[in-house]
Amino acid sequence: MQKEEIKRPIIEVGVIGWIKNNLFKGYLNSILTILILVAAWKTIIPLIKWAFIDSYWFTSGAVCQGGSGACWSVIPANLRFVIFGFYPSESHWRPGLAMVILLGLVFYSQNRNHWKRRLLYFWIVGLVASGVLMRGGIFGLQDVESSKWSGLPLTLLLSFFGMVAAYPLGVLLALGRRSKMPGIRSLCIVYIELIRGVPLISLLFMSSVMFPLFLPEGLTFDKILRAQAAIILFTGAYIAEVVRGGLQAIDRGQYEAAESLGLNYYQKMRLIILPQALKIVIPPSVGILISAFKDTSLVVIIALYDLLNTGKSALSNPEWLGFSSELYIFIALIYFMFCYLMSNYSRRLEVELEYSTDT
Amino acid sequence: MTEKEIKSTLDKSSDIPIIQISEMHKWFGDFHVLIDINLEVERGERIVVCGPSGSGKSTMIRCINRLEEHQRGSIVVDGIELTNDLKNVERVRAEVGMVFQHFNLFPHLTILENLTLGPIWVRKTPKKEAEELARHYLETVHIPEQAEKYPGQVSGGQQQRVAIARSLCMKPQIMLFDEPTSALDPEMIKEVLDVMIELAEAGMTMIVVTHEMGFAKTVAHRVVFMDFGEIVEENEPFQFFDNPQHERTKLFLSQIL
Repeated sequence: MQKEEIKRPIIEVGVIGWIKNNLFKGYLNSILTILILVAAWKTIIPLIKWAFIDSYWFTSGAVCQGGSGACWSVIPANLRFVIFGFYPSESHWRPGLAMVILLGLVFYSQNRNHWKRRLLYFWIVGLVASGVLMRGGIFGLQDVESSKWSGLPLTLLLSFFGMVAAYPLGVLLALGRRSKMPGIRSLCIVYIELIRGVPLISLLFMSSVMFPLFLPEGLTFDKILRAQAAIILFTGAYIAEVVRGGLQAIDRGQYEAAESLGLNYYQKMRLIILPQALKIVIPPSVGILISAFKDTSLVVIIALYDLLNTGKSALSNPEWLGFSSELYIFIALIYFMFCYLMSNYSRRLEVELEYSTDT
Repeated sequence: MTEKEIKSTLDKSSDIPIIQISEMHKWFGDFHVLIDINLEVERGERIVVCGPSGSGKSTMIRCINRLEEHQRGSIVVDGIELTNDLKNVERVRAEVGMVFQHFNLFPHLTILENLTLGPIWVRKTPKKEAEELARHYLETVHIPEQAEKYPGQVSGGQQQRVAIARSLCMKPQIMLFDEPTSALDPEMIKEVLDVMIELAEAGMTMIVVTHEMGFAKTVAHRVVFMDFGEIVEENEPFQFFDNPQHERTKLFLSQIL
């Protein structure tokens, strides 16, 4: 006797099944789903209308003032100022090229197969080239003093050197904090706690206003250099604590095995402990670096014109009054793009470094 | 091995024992963990240290390669006294290999890299030579085919054998074993003990903390019994197991045999 195949009821499977189980399971979920759909209808539809249907893309400010849609025209109209700031407009190709070189090197360095000796030379050449391009003064390039460096190049400069210097500083501080020598340990603890106890803004303020007061007459430091130092010192303290957590997570047996082979402190840390510890703390470390990237916008407090500040300045033009959202959304997208790329890379790095951790 | 064969592997050519521990005391804070330890180990001698948990046996052998520091008395290894002098400590550690209960292989390196690390960085051996050495010792422990794998990819018994090979690559004078088979499944205990017996037959000076009394009977020159931080009794294996002198020894033996 053949058994009749009994199929599941149609409303339990497929798309309909999914909708029923996930959106309408029970009274509470059903009510919530309906409320959310209504809220979405009320907000998303008007948003789409504002952003895409009624919007203006390449008009002047006056035309935008007459309408009700988004004025995306503010972006193309101010683009060069937002990106390059006060850098002389005929030389915009220079910071542009410098950024391309820097970002190109970063992309190239992503691939761990490229990590050979020549990578170091590429970087040295690339950094020197970028520096020459920005500063000028030789090779017939017009001299552009650092106070004119602004916009996206400044943001990238402060972030990049901030991250690259803060990370080793943080590692050294973390190792120092775990040192058996009380002097070094206390020094590191005091540094970390002091820095973590104050906001970055106050450090920037101190570096810019107070620090010059202590310098002898006539000796001045470049303002960007001071801001850079503040960012490095600040971020380094946070990296230190995260790395310290990683060091603590490493099984004591690893330290002992390394020691019993006869490795000295430096070899033990470099070959055995740090590779494992740093890999464990990739998630929080990247989080700190992403924050550092965004925190560069705080340099507005010391009158440096990073990407956000140039945007703000562009909006002081009465022609574009009332269209700040559009410009800030654009700037936010730029920040998002960089942060997302960093985040993405960290996830890929974690997968790449995966090894099964048996005792 | 017969008693005669065991004795014959002792190298009496140098009169000075390779390890001399005299009047050694250690405290963990206020807790007196090692009390008046006196032990001499000849070159080529094999000692099994046994005793109940917390008796200080692991702590004692860890003092020999300065993984633990003693507060009183002296420990001299191959003529070098263990003090706070870091240079001496590193010299001793290069001559004393250690095998841990939980293997402690480096998970981020391949098995071959685990083995070549010591020779390359401590003995300054060139890479090619170090790799040949590593492959030779992988043969010795019978797992040459696992060279390119990561520690996490091989079994516990194989990991412990890799750990033994890793120590051997440093060509140590002495090998310390801290409960090498305690973390292994019964099937794997034999493969590790066999490797240790082969090592013994080749004449290595060994100090083994273990509960594997069969191993003691097979290759040990002496069995040392510790309890509450003291060496209670030490004797050759047959005397030790058949004719224990102290009450505590008798009690311990009755519990484990």
